[in-house]
Amino acid sequence: MTTLTDIKSEQAKVQADIKSQGLRVLVCAGTGCVANGSLKVIERFKELGANVRPMTQQDKVTIVPTGCHGFCEQGVLVVIPDLNVTYVKVKLEDVEEIVESHIKNGKPVERLLYVDPKTNEHVFENNKINFYAKQTRTTLKNCGEINAESLDEALAVGAYEALNKVLKGNNPDAVIEEITKSGLRGRGGGGFPTGLKWKFTAANRGGKSYVVCNGDEGDPGAFMDRSVMEGDPHKLLEGMAIAGFAIGADEAYIYVRAEYPLAIKRLRIAIKQAEERGYLGNNIMGSDFNFTIHIKEGAGAFVCGEETALIASIEGERGMPRPKPPFPANKGLFGRPTLINNVETLANISTIILKGADWFSSMGTEKSKGTKTFALTGEVNNTGLIEVPMGTTLREIVFDIGGGIRNGKKFKAVQIGGPSGGCLTEQHLDIPMDYDNLIAAGAMVGSGGLVVMNEDTCIVEVARFFMNFTQNESCGKCVPCREGTKNMLKILERIVKGEGKMEDIETLQELANAVKDGSLCGLGKTAPNPVLSTLKYFLDEYVAHIKDKKCPAGVCTAMKTITIDETMCKGCTKCARTCPVGAISGTVKNPHKIDQSKCIKCGSCLNACPFKAIKQN
Amino acid sequence: MSTCEAKIDLKKVDEIINAYGAKKSYLIAMLQKVQEEFRYLPVEALTYIGTKVPELSPATVYGVATFYAQFSLEPKGKYEIKVCDGTACHVRGSMPVLTAVKQCINLKNGKFVSEDGMFSVETVSCLGACGLAPVMVINDKVYPKMTADAVKIAIDAIKKEEKGEN
Repeated sequence: MTTLTDIKSEQAKVQADIKSQGLRVLVCAGTGCVANGSLKVIERFKELGANVRPMTQQDKVTIVPTGCHGFCEQGVLVVIPDLNVTYVKVKLEDVEEIVESHIKNGKPVERLLYVDPKTNEHVFENNKINFYAKQTRTTLKNCGEINAESLDEALAVGAYEALNKVLKGNNPDAVIEEITKSGLRGRGGGGFPTGLKWKFTAANRGGKSYVVCNGDEGDPGAFMDRSVMEGDPHKLLEGMAIAGFAIGADEAYIYVRAEYPLAIKRLRIAIKQAEERGYLGNNIMGSDFNFTIHIKEGAGAFVCGEETALIASIEGERGMPRPKPPFPANKGLFGRPTLINNVETLANISTIILKGADWFSSMGTEKSKGTKTFALTGEVNNTGLIEVPMGTTLREIVFDIGGGIRNGKKFKAVQIGGPSGGCLTEQHLDIPMDYDNLIAAGAMVGSGGLVVMNEDTCIVEVARFFMNFTQNESCGKCVPCREGTKNMLKILERIVKGEGKMEDIETLQELANAVKDGSLCGLGKTAPNPVLSTLKYFLDEYVAHIKDKKCPAGVCTAMKTITIDETMCKGCTKCARTCPVGAISGTVKNPHKIDQSKCIKCGSCLNACPFKAIKQN
Repeated sequence: MSTCEAKIDLKKVDEIINAYGAKKSYLIAMLQKVQEEFRYLPVEALTYIGTKVPELSPATVYGVATFYAQFSLEPKGKYEIKVCDGTACHVRGSMPVLTAVKQCINLKNGKFVSEDGMFSVETVSCLGACGLAPVMVINDKVYPKMTADAVKIAIDAIKKEEKGEN
């Protein structure tokens, strides 16, 4: 009989340490805020806050660099929980005022508070910021609240408590049962029941098996996995260890895309800390369970998000998918049984173990339980990372949490699920979002990228954009995918150039079905989705491009003509001087003209004209 | 700079191979290190790895090197510019940013490296900083909310710094 580490007393210790930090000032050090200069803001806070006694009567001020708060657009974000305040767009020169005015003297710095796009008023209290108020953050709960590079801070908010519980119970099947009961489905896009996947892999217990975490977040417009890896890496490691215990694996790999250097760095730190303190490695927390985690960096191939391609890539080969069966559960990494789960899926595990399957399944819809993170981006006021219960409507996400469309423009569509997903329109705003409803509407949850588009976005151009992406990323193994995407792209390029023919629409549909049916992996099977969904909901835009040679959104340059209204032109010569190709001619004080054969439709003259005499259609 | 003049130091490649225990499963990591060292993957290095590491052949190594977007068989610039063309960046105008970069570093005829070898440019599909779209990265430094003017300012600053150094 072994004695397990008493996690509760460990927790009490670190919590006391954190209490002694006094007033905690949380400054976001996620990729987004670092780009906005948060590292310098942190340094400045440390300098100025060193000997300050805060008005809250706490002993001192401690500056905590945290993971992503999710509200990337508003970075640099500074949150002071004890003062119930969030400062946005904080610059280096603002730090002094926050310290002097608010921390020392209790007077909030109004100009740095978040402005609600609907009311145009400053928001003083954290829980009144709509972006956060309407979310249910469980997976992302600690991102932005703890120092991601400190194991102590993670322990203080409950890290490794679930693993401790599982080791104490010492019943792997019960763990699998709990995950199955919770109804958790794979968050990487497929939506396969997680418990079932674990059960299949566990059936091969006895020999060597592996846990693999898929952190190859390749969908453009999605960054939830990056945030978890950067902001709360121990939650992921703990989830992996629990999975390892359940299926009988002692070794694991995290496959992270090379575009995420900060995530790789934070994971390395976290693994090292956890191993040093006995939360990973041999005889974890005094038990006889051993679990080692390695990191493998990807090298830029979208298809590696597919599990068999990912395995090939970890083995050092070209990341090409192979037919299933055999499924990785039976024959995966290095030919051994392998459990592959996505980052967000694994980050859900510890909370399910601690709070129970019933708590988890109380959220969501009938067939999609729990919460889901979405990356809300594009033409919406509040861009960032959000987490909501499954079944939340698009309207709530775009208009409540997202604060509506930027610059008072009109909502047009949401592209959901990345290159595998589809475009949803106004008519879908009120359907509860879950795996099954979205598939029925011609899109998919995918990894959870939500790109909001307004009236100025050309849908055909967006379809071309995605086809260009999948065509580039097709690994070339299956002919329908390799050649089909190429030809679909050719047609779409023709249409946006104003050279489309009506029969192109039919050919697109035919090719789309061929690619879908004739491809081995998810990339090919879903590559035509953006085209199919836009054909379904925006056929009139395709027709406008083909028949009328017009781009209704005014995006496709080939169909633009820029002209000068002679009655309004004062002959100031500004446009002629701005034109990069010398297409504009005319003499001073006389109306100018654009030579259409030279014009490259760049629009420079449009912006330069002080009299609004230049028109574009 | 041309590829042929580059007589590379195979000792460095040896060190990299040994650091990974000459294990086949670390091929991608080895190639990443080689690229870090030389700023591209010289063909000599690929052949060398293919003959030195058990279970690998030069053809396999070449196959892997050409499969992944991160690897370049031609030298990249001293400053590697990556313009994000993920969905979020695309709808917020990444293409004008790319055009501006190409103009600033004077790229012509579909080349991706500037004549002096100082800058190279490529698009990447998503850097995961979608909240700051459109995004550009120069050697790991992230430039948020780019415009054509901001591109010019950023690149001019680097050019100025370079001149100061020489």
